[in-house]
Amino acid sequence: MSPHEVDGVTELPAPLRAWEFGAEKPAQPAMGFLTDMSLCIGCKACEVACKQWNQIPDDGMHWTGNSLDNTSHLGSETWRHVKFIEEFGPDRENGRFTFMSDVCKHCTDAGCLNSCPTGAIIRTEFDTVYVQDDICNGCGYCIPSCPFGVIGRAESDGGAHKCTMCYDRQQVGMEPACATSCPTDSIVVGPLDELRERARTRIRDLQARGEQVQLWGDSPELAGGLNSLFILNQPPEKLGLPTSARTGRHNLKQSYFGHALVALGWVAVTAAAMARSRR
Amino acid sequence: MDLANADCVLVMGSNMAENHPVGFRFVMEAREKGAEVIHVDPRFTRTSAAATRYVPMRSGSDIVFLGALVNHVLTNEADFRPYVVHYTNATAILPEEYVDAEDGGGLFSGLVRPDQGSGDGGEAPSGVSTTAMAHEGAGTHAHGHGQVHYDPREGHWGYGQADPAGPAFSIDTDPTLQHQRCVYQVLKRHFARYTPEMVERVCGTPRVDFEAVADAMVRNSGPERTTVVCYAVGWTQQSVGPQIIRTAGILQLLLGNIGRPGGGILALRGHASIQGSTDIPTLYDLLPGYIPQPLAGEEHKDLAAFLKAGTLPRGLWSSFPAYFISLLKAWYGPAATAENDFAYEHLPKRTGDHSQQATFATMLEDRVKGYLVLGQNPAAGNTNARLVRGALEHLDWMVVRDLFETETASFWYRSPGVDPLRVKTEVILMPAAASAEKDGTFTNTQRLLQYHDKAVDPPGDARSETWFMYHLGVRLKELYHGSSLPRDRPILDLTWDYAPNPEKNARFRLKDEPDVERIIAEINGYRLDPESGRRRQLQDFTECRDDGSTACGAWIYSGVMPDEGVNNARRRKGRPPTFPEWGFAWPKNIRMLYNRASADPSGKPWSERKRYVWWDEAAGSWTGLDTPDFPVKTRPDHVPAATAAGLDGIAGDSPFQAKPDGKGWLFAPSGMADGPLPTFYEPTETSERNAVYAQQDNPMVKRFDDLDGNRKAQPADPAYPYVLTTFRVTEHHVSGQMSRWSGWLSELQPELYLEISPELAHELGIEHRGWVTVETPRARVEARAMVTARIRPFEVAGRTLHQVAIPFHFGYAGRVTGDIANDLLALTEEPNVAINETKALVCNVRPGRRPR
Repeated sequence: MSPHEVDGVTELPAPLRAWEFGAEKPAQPAMGFLTDMSLCIGCKACEVACKQWNQIPDDGMHWTGNSLDNTSHLGSETWRHVKFIEEFGPDRENGRFTFMSDVCKHCTDAGCLNSCPTGAIIRTEFDTVYVQDDICNGCGYCIPSCPFGVIGRAESDGGAHKCTMCYDRQQVGMEPACATSCPTDSIVVGPLDELRERARTRIRDLQARGEQVQLWGDSPELAGGLNSLFILNQPPEKLGLPTSARTGRHNLKQSYFGHALVALGWVAVTAAAMARSRR
Repeated sequence: MDLANADCVLVMGSNMAENHPVGFRFVMEAREKGAEVIHVDPRFTRTSAAATRYVPMRSGSDIVFLGALVNHVLTNEADFRPYVVHYTNATAILPEEYVDAEDGGGLFSGLVRPDQGSGDGGEAPSGVSTTAMAHEGAGTHAHGHGQVHYDPREGHWGYGQADPAGPAFSIDTDPTLQHQRCVYQVLKRHFARYTPEMVERVCGTPRVDFEAVADAMVRNSGPERTTVVCYAVGWTQQSVGPQIIRTAGILQLLLGNIGRPGGGILALRGHASIQGSTDIPTLYDLLPGYIPQPLAGEEHKDLAAFLKAGTLPRGLWSSFPAYFISLLKAWYGPAATAENDFAYEHLPKRTGDHSQQATFATMLEDRVKGYLVLGQNPAAGNTNARLVRGALEHLDWMVVRDLFETETASFWYRSPGVDPLRVKTEVILMPAAASAEKDGTFTNTQRLLQYHDKAVDPPGDARSETWFMYHLGVRLKELYHGSSLPRDRPILDLTWDYAPNPEKNARFRLKDEPDVERIIAEINGYRLDPESGRRRQLQDFTECRDDGSTACGAWIYSGVMPDEGVNNARRRKGRPPTFPEWGFAWPKNIRMLYNRASADPSGKPWSERKRYVWWDEAAGSWTGLDTPDFPVKTRPDHVPAATAAGLDGIAGDSPFQAKPDGKGWLFAPSGMADGPLPTFYEPTETSERNAVYAQQDNPMVKRFDDLDGNRKAQPADPAYPYVLTTFRVTEHHVSGQMSRWSGWLSELQPELYLEISPELAHELGIEHRGWVTVETPRARVEARAMVTARIRPFEVAGRTLHQVAIPFHFGYAGRVTGDIANDLLALTEEPNVAINETKALVCNVRPGRRPR
C-alpha cells in the first residue's frame, strides 16, 4: 500500500519517514547534539534561547537555593536545563563548580515514541524524536516511558512537550537555538558520525591534559544509543544520568509475556469454572 | 577577540564568564590553546570555575595584590627591559622636589588642604605637563571649594623642561635606569612595601597563591609570550578604581604586554554600547572624542584660552584645535565662524560637579527642577537608592523613557513608605523602543562599531531615543523661531539635518523616525567644498582642520563613513586574524592600540610568534596584520628635532602617540587627581586599618557626609564587622529594569539572596534558604540565605574576617521583586571619574527578616 493511500486518504503530504514505506532513504544524515561540559560556563544562554525560539512559557518563579539552578529539571517547559554542582571540602582545596547543560537524548529506541498510542511522537528525517502538538492527546504515557525524565505535560495546553532539536530551524538549514547561542561552543550540532569523531578527539586531548572526562550517550546500553552525546567531567550518576537505560518497550516485552501467562491462567481458570458450572 | 592570542589571562575585578559570557568565549579559546587563566576574586564564581587557577582576595585590597606583582617584577628584574627602556617613561628623571607617598605617609607632594590656602602658586616647569584636561584625566569632580586636592605643579610631578616660547622640550633621562630619581628607581622604592607578606596580611590571599600568579605572569611575558588583564566594575567601582587600573597598567608596561597580540588591559563593558556612550559621551564633563567640557570662569573664558589649555606640544593631542573646532562646526554649521570663536559661547560650561551622585545632592537642595531619565533606573540602580528616591521627590517633573515602568518611573507610589499624596513630582513615562526596533550602532569593549538595522516597529507609542531627541530638537527650534535673544542662539544655530528618510521608513508603520545614518555622516566629519557647497566625507581624523573648513562630530570615529552611503559599521566580512572588514574600530579602524610596540625599537617583530606590526624598510612604512597605530612613514630610528611639534615630535621608538613624549606612563605626571602613582587606601567603609600607609583612605573622595541618610561606618566599626560586596549574575541586567520583566530571565533568578559562607552562617545561626537581614548605616535589606562554600572567610591581619555578597538586581517593580540592595550603599565620588563605591564596604548580618 502506498503511503498516499493510508486509510483511503490520498491528499496526505509526503510522510516524514517515507523510507519506511519503501522509498529510498534520503541523504540527510542522522543529526545530534554534542554537549561538552568542559567548555560550559553555566551562563544558561541555551535555556533562554531555547525558550525564546520555541516560545515556551516560563516555569514559575521558584528560588530553590540549589546553587544557581532555579528551573530544577527538564520538563514540558524547560527543554534545555543547566545543572550546577558545587563541591568544596571544608578547607576548600581543589574546590569544583561544574555545569552541565542537559537536553532530550533523542534515543534510538525512544521510550516516548514507542509508548505513544496516537502516533503523535515521530522520528524525523534528522533522526530526531519529535512530538506533533496537533496530534498529541495528552495521555501522558510518554512521561513514565522516558528513562531520562525529559518529557513532561504542560498545564497550559495539556499536551506533552520536549526538545525538538529545533526541527523547524533544521528544516531550513539553521542550527538549533541552544547551539547558536552558546558562547563557548560547548553545544554543537551536526551529523552524529562527525560528532562521535569530534567527541573522541576532544576526549583524547582532554585526557592528555590529565582531565577526567568521558563520553556519555554512545553506548547501545542507553536506549539503543543516543543522538545527544555528552562529554562529562563528572561521573554520570552525579549528574542524574544512568549508565544503562532500557525503554518501556523492553519492559513491556517482559510484561507482555507475564501478562500472557496470567491471561492464559485466567482463561484456564474461567474455562474450568465454566466447565464445572455446566456440570 | 585578541584575547584568544594570550598565553596567560588574568581576570580580576570581574566575573567575566557571568557578566561578559560572549567575550569570555575568547578566554576559553586561549585556555584551550594552553593559556593559563587566573581568576582573582573574593567569590568563587562561574569565572573561577572556568579558570585554571582561582585566587581568593578580600574585596577592596586590589592595589596591594597588584602592587606586590609590580614589586615582584621589579625586585627580580623580571621586566621586559628593552621594552621598558624604549617604550615607557622609566628612564625619565623626576624633579628633586617631588615627594613620593613612600616618604609622605601615603601622600604625595602637592597636597592642598583648603584650610592651608593654596601655597605659593608658583609656575613649575612643565615639559610633560600637568594640564588638567579631560583627555589627561580631569580630576575636577571632587575638588571644589573646601575639598582636599593635589596641585601637580606644586607637587613637581612633571618632568622635563619646556620652552615657554614654543613646542620644544627636553627630558632628562637615564637609559641605564640607575639614577636615583629616574622613574624606574622611584617605582622600585614606591612599591617596595608591597610584599607577599603584605598581600597575606591585607588581602588574605595565601602566599603560595600570590606567588603562583606572579610566576605565571612573568613566565608568560617577554618577546615570545604575552599576558592580558581583564577587569570590569569590580575594579572601577571603588574609591580608588582608576588607580587600581593604573597599577595594572604599570604591571603590563613593565612586562611589555601593551600593544602586542594577546596582551593589554581590557575594560570589559557591562552594557551594549557603554563604550559608545563614553566615546560620544553621556557624561557632563566630556564632549565627543574625550574633549573636555569647558569650565565656566576665567580658565576657559574664550576659545583661545580653552585651546591653549587643551593642546599638548606633541602627539595626537597637538591637533586638539582641529578636533575641537571641527566639532563646533559639526554642531553649529555656518553659525560657527572664525569671527565668533566658532560659536564657542554656545557651549554650556561646567560650573562644578554635575556628576550623577552630586546631582542627587543638588536635588535634595531643591536646586534641580526637572530630570530626564533615559534607559536608566537610579531609584534602584544608584548607590544609596533610598536617598535617590527621596531626592526625586524634590523635583517638579521627571520624564522617564524606558521599556517598562521601572522603579524610577513608579517611585512616587511604589517606593517603600512613600505617600503618593505628598509627592509633588510630575512623572511622565514615555515608552522606548528596544534595539531591534530602531537603527543604530553598538560600540563594544574592543572599540568596534557595529551597525544594526531596525527589524520591526516598536509597539504602540514606543519610539527610539533618536526619535525623541530629534523631534524634541525640532520642536524647540520651532519654539524659539524668530527669537533675537542671544540665549536662544545655541538652539537655533544647531545643525539638525537628520530628517526622516521616506525610503528607509517606507516599510514601517512609523514614518517619522530620523535618519540615523545622517548622524553617523556628521560624526564621521566632512569638508564643505567652498565652490559647490557640497560635502565631502573625511577619510580619517588627520583631515580635521582648525580653520573651520571641516566639520567632525567625533574625531575618533572619523572613518566610519568615509564616503556618502559607505557605512563601515555595517561591514560583516570575516578575514582572520584581525577581521579588518568587520565593522569599524576607532580610531582609523585600528584593532589594537599602540601596536607599534609589537615591534622592537628597530622595527622588527619581537618574535615570530608575536608578530603584528612591523617596519618595512623597502616600502619605507609600517605594515602588518593591522592598521599601524603610528605615523606610518615615521622611521623606527627617527629622532625628532627639539623644536618638532605634533606627530613629527614623536620619536620612532615611542609607540604611545597619545602622550606628548610618546611613552607609556609608568609614572603619571598628570591626569590623576589622587597621585601620580597608585597607593593603597582602604575603602571608605572598611573593617581594617590601613596596614600599608598611615593615610587610612583616599583623601580626595567626596563623601557627602552632611546628607541625611548617607552616614558611613567608621573604619573597623564593631557594629559592622563583615565585608560586603555587591555583584551581578548572568541571568539579570543591572537593577533588573529589563530582565525582571522577562519571565524567561526572572525564573532563572527569581529572588534576592545573600551569599554567605557556611562558617559565618553557622556562627550566626543562619540556615540555608532561610531569611537573613543585611544592615549598613543607611538601610536594612532582607534576602534569602545562600549558604555556600564558594564564599570563604579570610585570614586578614591575623584574624578571621568574613565577607558576604549580594546581587543588586532587585526592586519593587517587575515580575519578580525584592529589596533594593543599593539602599545599603553610600553616596560617594571617586575623585577622577566620580564613580561610586559598590564593591567594598562593611555590614552587619542577622538571621531572620527585616523589621517592618
